[in-house]
Amino acid sequence: MEYIDYYKTLNIEQDCPQAKIKQAYRQLARKYHPDINKDPGAEEKFKEIGEAYEVLNDPEKRAAYDKFGHNWQQGQDFTPPSDWDAGFEFSGSGMGRAEQAGFSDFFSELFGSRQFNQGQNQSFSMQGEDHHAHIVITLAEAWHGAKRTFTLTKPEINTQGQFVNKQHTITVTIPKGITAGHKIRLKGQGMSGHGKGKHGDLYLEISFQENPLYSSIKRDILITLPITPWEAALGGKIACPTLGGTVNLDIPTNSQSGHKLRLKGRGLCSTSHSGDQIVTLKIVIPRAITDEEKEVYRTMAKIMPMDPRQNMKG
Amino acid sequence: MKEEHSNLYTSILIDENTNWTLQEFSDFCSQSTDMILEMIDEGLIVPFGSSPAQWRFGLREIQRAQTAYRLICDLHVNLAGAALALDLLEELEELRQKSHH
Repeated sequence: MEYIDYYKTLNIEQDCPQAKIKQAYRQLARKYHPDINKDPGAEEKFKEIGEAYEVLNDPEKRAAYDKFGHNWQQGQDFTPPSDWDAGFEFSGSGMGRAEQAGFSDFFSELFGSRQFNQGQNQSFSMQGEDHHAHIVITLAEAWHGAKRTFTLTKPEINTQGQFVNKQHTITVTIPKGITAGHKIRLKGQGMSGHGKGKHGDLYLEISFQENPLYSSIKRDILITLPITPWEAALGGKIACPTLGGTVNLDIPTNSQSGHKLRLKGRGLCSTSHSGDQIVTLKIVIPRAITDEEKEVYRTMAKIMPMDPRQNMKG
Repeated sequence: MKEEHSNLYTSILIDENTNWTLQEFSDFCSQSTDMILEMIDEGLIVPFGSSPAQWRFGLREIQRAQTAYRLICDLHVNLAGAALALDLLEELEELRQKSHH
C-alpha cells in the first residue's frame, strides 16, 4: 500500500502543536467541503483532510503514526512493521462507520479495524446506513428518459471487521424529465444492517454532464442561437436545435442580441411538470473584407444612421 | 412521488411532486422531529401548510436540510451559521448561472 503523509495533507509541520491541528483542519474543511466547493476534486480532497485529521487529532494515533519516522514520502510503497503498534493503546474515535467509509487502504490497514472489532459478538439489530452517490447523465438522457448502468464503489465490512471498498454495478431507469438535483431512491441498496436490521437505502442524486450547446436551470433548457443581422432585422423562420430535434423558430423583426425567445414545452418535461427551451439570440456580424463588402456597411451608415451610445453621453 | 421500475431495483423518484409529512420527512433525513422543528424555527426550511399536522415538505426542503446537516457535522457550524451558508450558497449559484449566460 502507499504511504500517506498526513502532515502534508493538512499542510502543517511535523512538530505542529496539537492545538493547531484542529485549526488547520477546520480551515481546509471549509475550503474543500463538497457542498461549498463545486470543483470535481473537492470531495476527494475533503475525505483526505478528514482522514488526516482523524489520525493527527488523536494523540494516541498520532504517536503511533509518528513511530514510522518522517522519512517516508507521500505515495511511497509501504508495509508497516508487524509490531508497529506495540505499546500503544487505542480508545477508538468518535467517528462512526459511515465517516470512516471511504478512507484509504493505508488508514484501514493501520487503524480501521480497531473499533469495529468491539462488540461484534453482541446481539443487536440496527438498520444499515443510507448511502448517497452522485450520478452524471446527459441532458438527452434526461429529456428522453433512459436506462443506464453505473458502477459505484460501496464500502463493506469484511470478516476481519475492516472496511473494504467494493465495486458494484446497478442498472437504473432514468425517468423522462428528471432534472439536476432530483434524487432516485433504491430501496435496500445502502449499507447492510446489523442483526435483523434492514439494509439502508441508496440515494442517487442527478447531475448533468456539460453540453457544448445546452445548459439547464431547473426544467428549462438554455441555448444561445447565432443569427445574421438580416435575420435579426427582417425576422423570419430559422431552424433551431432542441434536445428533441430541430424546430422552426419565428424570429420577430428587429430582434437584438440578448433577446430571449421561449419554446414552450421544449425543456425537461415529466408527466406532471413541463419546462421550456429559452433561446438567447446572438447577432453575428459578417466581416467586411472586400471593397464591395465595405461599401454595404457604408451604405447602411448613410441610409440608417444611428447612435447606439446616445444614452451614454455625460 | 412516483414509482419507477428498473430491471433490477425498485426506485422512487424524489422530484417537485415530493410532498412529505413531518414524520416522513424526518424519517427520510434520518433526523429527529425536534431537529426538523429547530430548522423550521431558524427559517432554514419552510414547509407548506399552516400547522404541523398540515405541513408538507418538498425537494427544496430535503436539499436544504441535508446540506445543513452535513455542514453542521463536518464544519461544526450551528444552525444559524448553516442557514446563512445555505442562503449565500444559493445566491452564489444564481450568480454563477447568470454569469454563464
